[in-house]
Amino acid sequence: MTARLLLPAALRRYAGEDAEVEIRGGTLGAALDELAGRLPQLERRLRDEQGLLRPHVLMFVDGVSVRGGAPMETPVPDGAEVFVAPAVSGGSGSPVRHSLREL
Amino acid sequence: MGLAILLIGTRKGLMIARSTDDRHTWAANDFQFLNQEVYSVAVDTRREQPRIFAGVGTGHWGPLLTYSDDLGKSWTEPAEPPIGFPEGTDAAVARVWQIQPAPAGQPDVVYAGVEPHALFRSDDRGESFTLVEGLWNHPDRPSWMPGGGGACLHTVLPHPTDPDDVLVVMSAAGVYRTRDGGASWAPANRGIQAAFLPEDQRFPEFGQCVHKVAFHPDHPERLFAQNHFGVYRSENRGDSWTPIEDGLPSNFGFALVAHPHAPETLYSFPLKADAERFPPDARCRVYRTENGGAGWEPVATGLPTDPYYGAVLRDAMVADSADPAGVYFGTRLGEVYASRDAGDSWSMIASHLPDVLSVRVAEIA
Repeated sequence: MTARLLLPAALRRYAGEDAEVEIRGGTLGAALDELAGRLPQLERRLRDEQGLLRPHVLMFVDGVSVRGGAPMETPVPDGAEVFVAPAVSGGSGSPVRHSLREL
Repeated sequence: MGLAILLIGTRKGLMIARSTDDRHTWAANDFQFLNQEVYSVAVDTRREQPRIFAGVGTGHWGPLLTYSDDLGKSWTEPAEPPIGFPEGTDAAVARVWQIQPAPAGQPDVVYAGVEPHALFRSDDRGESFTLVEGLWNHPDRPSWMPGGGGACLHTVLPHPTDPDDVLVVMSAAGVYRTRDGGASWAPANRGIQAAFLPEDQRFPEFGQCVHKVAFHPDHPERLFAQNHFGVYRSENRGDSWTPIEDGLPSNFGFALVAHPHAPETLYSFPLKADAERFPPDARCRVYRTENGGAGWEPVATGLPTDPYYGAVLRDAMVADSADPAGVYFGTRLGEVYASRDAGDSWSMIASHLPDVLSVRVAEIA
C-alpha cells in the first residue's frame, strides 16, 4: 500500500529537494516508521523521539487533519495524499508558545 | 595565529567568519541554516581534525544537532537521531542550549545541555548522546521552574582534570554539581539569591535563575556567576557564594566570560534589569574586573557612543586563547564586536545581522 507524502519547501532538503516522497504503510504511524528507515532526517522533523507528531506540525490524509485522537493510527489508503504543513498561529492564547516567548 | 574562526549563531542562521591575519580582519561566508535559530555552537579542537557543532532550531520541525568536519562547508546529521530522550521519559528535546566538548583528557566526550532541563553526554565525539539519568532522576527536578527563556540547562562546566566532576547551570533551578561522573548531583547555590521569590524565601537550596557560570581552568575551584540579579564568586566550586558587584552599574545580565590567561580577569555585559533588558543608561559597555570581582571598570573604547539598546545573551560573549586575548560579543541588534587587546579597545566586525544568540571562536592549527 503506497501513498504520497507532500512536503512544504522547508522539508524538501531532507528529501533530495523533492516536493513529495512515496510512503508505505496501512496507517500513518506505520508509514512514518517505514519512512524513518529510508529518510530518517525527514521523519524526525515530523515526529519527536517519542514517536509523537511534533506540536506544530499539521498532517492531512486526503484533506482530513489527523490532529486529535490518535494521529498515528490514522488509516492511509492506497494512493492517498498525505499533506504536511507547519501550523500557523499567533496572538493571545496561541499554542505556539515558543514563537512568542521572551528571552 | 594561523586561521581563526568565529562562529556567530543568530536567530536566522549561522555565520562563520575567518581571519588569517591575526584577527585584524574577518571574512564571513553566507548564512547557513537559513531562517533557523542557532542557539548553540562549539568548536572541538581536541583532535587533529577540528569539528564544529551547531544546535539548530528548525522552528516547527524540532531541534537539530549537527556537526561539520570541514569548517562548515558541509554538515552531518547522523542517521540515528544523535540526541533524544529515551522511552519512558515522556520528554522530547525542545532546544539544544549548549554543546560543550570535555577537556583534552577526554577527547571523545561531548556534553549537551537541553530544554527541558537535562544533560546529555556523548562518548563518541558527538555522534550519539545519552541522557545523564542521574540528573534527570534527581528528586528536585519536579520543582525546577523554567526561566524566561524556557526550562533550559544552558551551561556545562566539566572540571579540567577530574572527569567525575561536572557542574551544570539551569534556569531556574540553579547550579548543580556531580563528583561521581553524573551518577548523583547536588545543588550548589548557597549564598545566591532568588530575587523573584518572597523576601523570606530568597535563599533556597535550589531554584535560582543563574544565567552563567565561568571559571579559569587553572583554578577550577574558583567560580564566578552571573545571576538573575547578582554577580557572585565561589572559592569552593559552588559550595558557597559571595557577591562581587562593586563597580558594576547593575547586577543583572547574562554573559560572563573568563580571561584565558589571567585567572582574576572576567568580562560582563550588564543590563539594567529583568524588566528592562537594556544596557544601563543606554551605554554600550563591557565591564571588566582584573581582581576577581573586587572591582569592575567599563572598557568601552571603540564601542558605540550613541544610545544603545542591544543586549548580550548568555552564550554570545567569548574569549579566544591568544596572547593578548581576544574577546568577542554579539548583540541582539545583530552586531559583533571584537577586542584584540583583552578588552582595552574594540571594533565592530559584523553588523546588520539577525539578533546574535551564540558566539564561539577557535584557533585552527
